[in-house]
Amino acid sequence: MSDLPLRSQLAVALGKTAARMSRLAGKGDGSVIGGRIGLRLDPELLTRLAKDRKLVLVSATNGKTTTTRLITSAMTPLGEIATNAFGANMPTGHVSALASAPDARYGVLECDEKYVPMVLKETGANVVALMNLSRDQMDRAAEIWLLAGKWRRALEASPESHVVANCDDPLVTWGAATARSVTWVAAGQHWREDSWCCPECGGPLDRQGTEEDSDWRCRQCHFARPKPDWVLRGDHVLGPDGRAVPLSDVQLPGRANRSNAAIALAVVAQFGVPPEQALPLLAQVRSVAGRYTTVEHQGRALRLLLSKNPAGWLEAFDVLAPAPGPVALSINAQGPDGRDTSWLWDVDYRILRGRPVWATGERRVDLAARLEAADVQFTVVDDIEQAVLAVPPGQLDVIANYTAFQDIRTRYGRVV
Amino acid sequence: MSSDRIKIVWIYPDLLSTYGDQGNTIVLERRAALRDIPTETVHLRSDEPVPDDGDIYLLGGGEDRPQILAAQRLRADGGLTAAVQRNAVIFAVCAGYQIIGHEFGGEEGQPLPGLGILDIRSGRGAQRAVGEVVGDVAAELNVPRITGFENHQGATTIGPNARPLAKVVSGVGNGDGQGFEGAYAGHTLGTYMHGPALVRNPALADLLLTWAVGMELPPLQPSWSERLREERLNAVLTPR
Repeated sequence: MSDLPLRSQLAVALGKTAARMSRLAGKGDGSVIGGRIGLRLDPELLTRLAKDRKLVLVSATNGKTTTTRLITSAMTPLGEIATNAFGANMPTGHVSALASAPDARYGVLECDEKYVPMVLKETGANVVALMNLSRDQMDRAAEIWLLAGKWRRALEASPESHVVANCDDPLVTWGAATARSVTWVAAGQHWREDSWCCPECGGPLDRQGTEEDSDWRCRQCHFARPKPDWVLRGDHVLGPDGRAVPLSDVQLPGRANRSNAAIALAVVAQFGVPPEQALPLLAQVRSVAGRYTTVEHQGRALRLLLSKNPAGWLEAFDVLAPAPGPVALSINAQGPDGRDTSWLWDVDYRILRGRPVWATGERRVDLAARLEAADVQFTVVDDIEQAVLAVPPGQLDVIANYTAFQDIRTRYGRVV
Repeated sequence: MSSDRIKIVWIYPDLLSTYGDQGNTIVLERRAALRDIPTETVHLRSDEPVPDDGDIYLLGGGEDRPQILAAQRLRADGGLTAAVQRNAVIFAVCAGYQIIGHEFGGEEGQPLPGLGILDIRSGRGAQRAVGEVVGDVAAELNVPRITGFENHQGATTIGPNARPLAKVVSGVGNGDGQGFEGAYAGHTLGTYMHGPALVRNPALADLLLTWAVGMELPPLQPSWSERLREERLNAVLTPR
């Protein structure tokens, strides 16, 4: 830190002051405003702050925040880790994360998919973890085929960076394939509606095997699934040495989190942390920025699940309490959610048949039209509290998209 | 209707299904079933031939590359042109709407040939149109005001052999400066209201079903779709 030029030191100091004031004013954790001020004073601040550190970038459509947290936890034996734990995943957030841990030799940075090329260029990150790509908030996000093409060019221009990528996702595989060195992890793919076509030539992709262990290749060109170095199989991960590592102690629920854990194990192995040392550290992570948290209210245990897009809903359904466990759904369409609710029609809600279902949120009428068409019995309520009080004491699973999730979290007690 | 059921063909969900396009098949199936009309839906992959016995063909939205691939494969197949000639129903959304015209803009905006089954030409517009769109539908279709969400950068001009689907009340629509949204001719209808456009516009869904069966259909009890339509129209048109 003391190596920074005077202007950069000033930029960091002013950024921190702004962040502190933002926190005092109750406007979040202040990392975005702090980073913004720092970058305005010194546009090369991110590059300077990244210098002489070993950095991991983590990107995907789903699971970025969770996997960043898992990797950070598993890297603690190496010393202090700089990380943007609260999901501020653009360069402003990266600047804040690095500036607030000036002595950390390591950094784990969650990175918005669109910013991977820029952040990779500015930081020269040592390891880039790429997990999945699927349709998400298309009124503001980039088209994913285009996005994967940008990853290809960025990785080609960064030959020193090592990539850890999910080879069960054809588009991620294509996006990562230009890297000079790659660790392929067969981390699974459950949402497949965005990968019927070969990213290389547009031809049909053929799949073989089970959903659990699925090989894919293009019918028309050479593009095929690379041989994985790590394989997720049920609740075990097979490492490169062929040993089976059990994931049963991982506390975060569902197959999506087993997938995140497999990626985390492969990433930390790059830094010499073996699975047996990493596993107990992964097991310490119980909730991530409120996700998977259970809050108690009026004798009900509300478990909060965040789902922002069709692939995310599939993973949320995977961890629901068994039917007829009650479920409350809350949908908003604010800026961070995407203002378009069309994606509700990509989610197969029929799985909720036979449960008591409540629909709420600012776009509850959109949700009602969708549930009605899926022949799901449901009750529309103006306020989540009505659903909470209507279920008998016990567990209520709540699935909400971004701002709806934050509303509920704020209301029933923020657990950070 | 060629037999005892309506055959719905969803064209190329592997290429043209960007955002909830499946909703249109679900709504058509449902509104037919509520009238005791059976349906059969085919999810047609892009490596399969277009069936020649469909009653309703649906085309959805897609990114640039998938759109180009879909246009190439549909042109080579020829099945949709034949479907139009036998007066089958075609409902095309967004990228699919552009494909059924004479030409559309490629990845760099270069003109590419479409199917030419609707007399429209599309190119790349100056800016992306993202947001709610509302339009008053051509009187002869007898469909009330439509509501949708648009997300495109197209500029589409309607030729002499097609008519505007609607006059834009709010939003951008075809984006060629004429103030229209969508186009139709015969039983072929296209729109920039992307994704599940028929969900919010049950009367438009019923128009397609009426064309398919060739007779008037009995009305249905109002559903959440009607509530949704009202809510969206109010949200867009009520001054804040």
